[in-house]
Amino acid sequence: MSITTLAFILLSVMAIGSAVMMIISKSPVHSVLWLIVVFFAISGHYVLLNAQFLAIVNIIVYAGAIMVLFLFVVMLMNLNAETEPIKNYRLQLIGIVSGGSLLLVLLSALMRAGQQQLVEMKVGDAGLINVLGKTLFTNYVLPFEISSVLFLSAMIGAVVIGKKD
Amino acid sequence: MDIKAYIALALTLFTIGVIGVLVRRNAIIIFMCVELMLNAVNLLLVGFSKMHAISPAAKALPTYASDAQIFVFFIMVVAAAEVSVGLAIIVMMYRNTHSVDVNFLNRLKN
Amino acid sequence: MTNIFKLIWLIPILPLIGFMLNGLGRKAFSKGVSGFIGTGVVLASFVISLFVFLDVKNGNAHTVHYFDFLHLTAYKIGFDFKIDQLSSLFLLIITGVGFLIHLYSTAYMHEEDSKDFAKYFSYLNLFVFSMLLLVMGGNFVIMFIGWEGVGLCSYLLIGYWFKNNDYTNAAKKAFIMNRIGDLGFLLAVFWLLAKLGTVSYDEVFSAASLAKLSATDITGITLLLFVGATGKSAQIPLYTWLPDAMAGPTPVSALIHAATMVTAGIYMIARSNVLFSMAEHTQTIITIVGLATALFAASIAIKQNDIKKVLAYSTVSQLGFMFIALGTGNYVAAVFHVLTHAFFKALMFLGSGSVIHAMGGEQDIRRMGGLHKHMKITSITFFIGCLAIAGIPGLSGFFSKDEILAGAYGHSKLIYSLTLFAALLTAFYMFRLYIITFTGKFRGTTVQEHHLHESPWAMTVPLIILAILSVIGGYVGVPESLGGHHELAAFLGPVVKSAQHHLNHNTEYILMALSTGLVLLSILFAWTRFKNYKVEAESTGFGRILQNKWYVDEIYNAVILNPLKGLSNFFSNVIEKKGIDGVVNGAGKAVNYGSRQLRWLQSGQVGAYILLMVIGILCLFIVQLFFNN
Repeated sequence: MSITTLAFILLSVMAIGSAVMMIISKSPVHSVLWLIVVFFAISGHYVLLNAQFLAIVNIIVYAGAIMVLFLFVVMLMNLNAETEPIKNYRLQLIGIVSGGSLLLVLLSALMRAGQQQLVEMKVGDAGLINVLGKTLFTNYVLPFEISSVLFLSAMIGAVVIGKKD
Repeated sequence: MDIKAYIALALTLFTIGVIGVLVRRNAIIIFMCVELMLNAVNLLLVGFSKMHAISPAAKALPTYASDAQIFVFFIMVVAAAEVSVGLAIIVMMYRNTHSVDVNFLNRLKN
Repeated sequence: MTNIFKLIWLIPILPLIGFMLNGLGRKAFSKGVSGFIGTGVVLASFVISLFVFLDVKNGNAHTVHYFDFLHLTAYKIGFDFKIDQLSSLFLLIITGVGFLIHLYSTAYMHEEDSKDFAKYFSYLNLFVFSMLLLVMGGNFVIMFIGWEGVGLCSYLLIGYWFKNNDYTNAAKKAFIMNRIGDLGFLLAVFWLLAKLGTVSYDEVFSAASLAKLSATDITGITLLLFVGATGKSAQIPLYTWLPDAMAGPTPVSALIHAATMVTAGIYMIARSNVLFSMAEHTQTIITIVGLATALFAASIAIKQNDIKKVLAYSTVSQLGFMFIALGTGNYVAAVFHVLTHAFFKALMFLGSGSVIHAMGGEQDIRRMGGLHKHMKITSITFFIGCLAIAGIPGLSGFFSKDEILAGAYGHSKLIYSLTLFAALLTAFYMFRLYIITFTGKFRGTTVQEHHLHESPWAMTVPLIILAILSVIGGYVGVPESLGGHHELAAFLGPVVKSAQHHLNHNTEYILMALSTGLVLLSILFAWTRFKNYKVEAESTGFGRILQNKWYVDEIYNAVILNPLKGLSNFFSNVIEKKGIDGVVNGAGKAVNYGSRQLRWLQSGQVGAYILLMVIGILCLFIVQLFFNN
């Protein structure tokens, strides 16, 4: 078993395990922390795939900015295990069963899929900053600029919504 | 690695996100599960990008494999915007109902 | 084709026009106008029929095609009129007797409102139209149209005084009984269509077609046709409607239930004589049914006290005679008897109408008596009718009845003796009726006696004409043994086969003498028995059974009607209420319950919606991935 495979399995277990922990944690703060662990694992996958730019951005934007925002909100509302809404066990069971079936169906469909297709690991310049930057500012410059407008409108929207009437 | 391994991983993470949406009633957790699903998709996109990087077509066109990663970048942009608005809505909701339980939001019934 | 044949479409169209005029203008026309229209169109038809008849007599028989009535891929049924010896003779009877009865009706119905008066004449005209269509039709389908039409008119006219519930019931009874027979007719037509693909007389009766039919086919078709005939011509077991049909106005009884409609069955069988001659079993059945009807109805007629009921049962009995003739293959005799019977039975019905008119609506002969003094013309013409129906030599009934008897004798001695017995009964009950009604002392109220009068000319003239016809009508068929040539048989020869049995003249003389002698004895017996008639106490024993018409209506009620009613009640109370309503209500309840349950899905909670969405996605994936081969 190569080191790459080992790293893949480790990161996968970490991601899945943390994701499960995120949804079963009672305290919202713990959930946020577990989600950050998931993001780190996913960033590890990006590194493994030599997508360096995305790995960095994922950590900075998601694990950094977005999750901190979540954490702020949770703390702002003073949410903890005690304020967690009462669960409806029957509905939970139904949710788990249907979600599990969805997973099973998709995985079994995957098993029946065609021949092996390899993925380029650790090498390749597709995910390097200079390649991506060139692409982004040549082919995708218009969407890039429009996304800045999107940010602006999101900012205004957040301010308008969050304003105390 | 086989692409199937990445697909399986992404599917698992996505389904965990779905289950989280279904079983939790805390709006913030649900929101986080949505983020998880987005990340599962991101991972899949990057996996496919690297799968195409070793195909012959990538030699002719340098940006062939990069497009998917640009896509991931935009998803992150949108996710960031979405989170800012979404969290504002949750704060608003908490201010009105003093709870983050989505089951109180059943105005659609009438 | 001669010129008159271009006009034959006028024969049925004229009464139809009369029907429409009277029917649409019934509120506008006075009695005189509607009577004139109603009578005039039939007279015009009669005149054309007369010309047609004379033309046919010269040997011109035609089938005239007008248009395709039904044009299907497999079949083509034309709207044809077939004018030959048989139908032209019937045309004369229908329009001729029909005209006299129309004329009579103008006086008889004079007390009705002008609206009802016009309605009455429109029905009569419609009836004449249907009957003409029946007779003139060139195939079984056109005949069936007329066949149904006369059934409808019979219903309308019997129920003419529809405000009386009994009359309406009698009308319904007639209609339903006829429908039972019609079903047989219709099945026979379908059978013919299925086997031959045609219903036109010319084609069905051709040798090529007959060769295609197996013995079973012929027996089946003829039996079904005979079922149709028993309905229309009031034979056992479908005869009970005819006596009840006396609920209609008396001229209607004369027209429909004596002269024309009831002979439709005879006409149909005579028309299909080629088929019937090939079906031995059917002929046996026809003979038996005819014989049974003749005896049965005659026995009932002996004990009836309603003047019209006696005549009605007499009609049934005489129709039985005709069926005996048909069954013994003596088709000419049957048609001959139709002709003579049309004269004297119409005469007697109109005579009874005249009596009823004079008695102010009274129909019970126990309250009459001695009417001869007051209404001489009616009495004498009625007497002639009685003589004719009894079969006194020299009058029309003698010739036709003698021919039937001779045919029966040639067939079987047993049938002959039973037929003769029925003929004796006929003479007996007719003279019982005459003696009780017209001789002796008047037994009604003084008011009625004061009111007695001879009827107006419009009523007596038809009586006289019919009386003359009753006397001379038989001379168209004088048998060879009496020095005649039987012109009717010669005339009908191309269409209808005459009897196969030729008796030698001596045997015929003996038969005639025998029947005449017995009939005279029977009349004499009636005279001695009813000369000093007094209203009797209730009959007992056998007489009581006869008076109650062998309890046939009661038997029908018990055997057919009541079980049917029980079944209907069962259906209406159990199957309908529990079964069908249950299913219908159950469907409603199921939807109601289902929607009440489904309502919970619309909880308004986003989580539940997402759950449903996931389940939906799951289902789609399963279908897409695993069932998409």
